[in-house]
Amino acid sequence: MPTPDMAAIVSSLNQRPNRRRPTTEPLFVRWLLIAVALVFLGTFLVVPLVAVFTNAFRKGVGYYFHSLADANTLASIKLTFIAAGIAVPLNCLFGVAAAWAITKFDFRGKHILVTMIDLPFSVSPVISGMVYVLVFGAQGWLGMYLYADHPWFPGLQQWLNEHNFKIIFATPGIVLATMFVTFPFVARELIPLMQAQGRSEEEAARILGARGWQTFWRVTLPNIKWGLLYGVILCNARAMGEFGAVSVVSGHIVGGTNTMPLHIQYLHDSSDSAGAFAVASLLTFLALVTIVLKAWVESKGAALRPAEEKIPQ
Amino acid sequence: MLPGFRLTLGFTLFYLGLIVLIPLSATVWKAGTLTWQEFWGTVASPAALAAFKLSFGVSLIAAVVNLIFGLLVAWVLVRYQFWGKRVMDALVDLPFALPTAVAGIALSALYAENGWIGRWFTPFGIKISYTWLGILVALTFIGLPFVVRTVQPVLEDLDIEVEEAAASLGANRWKTFRRVIFPIVFPALLTGFALAFARALGEYGSVVFISNNLPGQGQIVPMLIMQEIEQSAYGKATALAVVMLVISFLLLLAINVLQWRASRHHAHA
Repeated sequence: MPTPDMAAIVSSLNQRPNRRRPTTEPLFVRWLLIAVALVFLGTFLVVPLVAVFTNAFRKGVGYYFHSLADANTLASIKLTFIAAGIAVPLNCLFGVAAAWAITKFDFRGKHILVTMIDLPFSVSPVISGMVYVLVFGAQGWLGMYLYADHPWFPGLQQWLNEHNFKIIFATPGIVLATMFVTFPFVARELIPLMQAQGRSEEEAARILGARGWQTFWRVTLPNIKWGLLYGVILCNARAMGEFGAVSVVSGHIVGGTNTMPLHIQYLHDSSDSAGAFAVASLLTFLALVTIVLKAWVESKGAALRPAEEKIPQ
Repeated sequence: MLPGFRLTLGFTLFYLGLIVLIPLSATVWKAGTLTWQEFWGTVASPAALAAFKLSFGVSLIAAVVNLIFGLLVAWVLVRYQFWGKRVMDALVDLPFALPTAVAGIALSALYAENGWIGRWFTPFGIKISYTWLGILVALTFIGLPFVVRTVQPVLEDLDIEVEEAAASLGANRWKTFRRVIFPIVFPALLTGFALAFARALGEYGSVVFISNNLPGQGQIVPMLIMQEIEQSAYGKATALAVVMLVISFLLLLAINVLQWRASRHHAHA
């Protein structure tokens, strides 16, 4: 225990003005670093955001809403919602199933499985779209059987033609490409989370007589809800904003197979800059909502999330 | 024993195969139909070599820019208090949330000759949009969060006592940073750098709006692949894609090794 003299010395040291702690930097260095960081973030993040909304309203509020109410714009919004509306729930279901299998059981090849789930993140979006053309395109792996009369499947081609069923350059291809690029989002959130939570709570529920689904709904789901929501938010943002992969499999039919990002490109290329930015402003708004929700979920579930999970993809 | 093993693993493997593995193996199948001459003729053509050079060069510079500024931003966000800090912290994720097409048109307008930012460079004869500098801006933007988000948790976990020890042993702040803090942060820094580089190599959406798209000078590899697909030259597109896939898998491997070594280092410390 320090003597009163010692305590006095320590407190006088602490109170001495203009005396910085030895574990921080001089004031001007701190200010300089903060200023450089703010200029960098301001230039790269804030200015583009402001530019989107300024350019969207450049021709006035009337033109802005005129652009958004355009039939082709509305068709692109609808297609984007269809693609995300199919891809996000399916990837969500997959994420929960994969995380359950991987974290609640031991089996050989688990690490390979986890690596394979992450594969779509390391593939360029253009290649992600191209693989579906290679499978379902007219000269593709399966496409050969779909679009040319093959002795194995007599009448298949005729049937497909009659029903006007296409995969590539049509909605199914767009949905598939969206599913591919957003494939890992939910799974990679849930796997580390459920790994950290272990199996004991579910095992206790089973011993107390809960059935399998009861265990999942009443024990597991409440534990993973924030992680699940987090994954769904990120998955949805990517699904609605994907450009490269969808661009390959879309036929770029205006009002038909253009999603919102593709419609932005169409408007931009046809020199309707204000219209392009008007549609872009909707996606920018979605991005801002995504960021706010993400921060909110992080604050809610902070204690549940392992530190390295902040690393995004 | 918990239930549902067969159901969940079965669905996982089925869905993984259907959506990812079968389509990806179609690339291998298509590549197998190419002769060596076709493959090499595509990959080593002048247009392809120019695209590889541009892709690697600009992605590397963008990753270095993000390495330097990402470390600085992470440091400022963890260590200092200032007005608007929480907003800035959340905003770092913008490049992940903002669709690449939106980023592309916004950056291309900003850095054009008469754009808000581009006009400051025009008097010096520097064009940004529609030159390689524009591609650099786009690739820096999309890679911005990686280094910040890998370094941030390491800085947060850093024990203040090591810095106090360094200070009590007579090290000044700069020396403490160089000799104590930097070595601890380095593996995370390298991981963030590799992630930003890998992301930049594959990027398409933002670059296509800010580049001049001219073969041999404004085309990065994904744009060249897209051009071949549009001309239904799937063999050529596949040859280029195979090279890109091999490179990204090597990068993925390197990143995994880095993370594994970082966690082992962490466990020992």
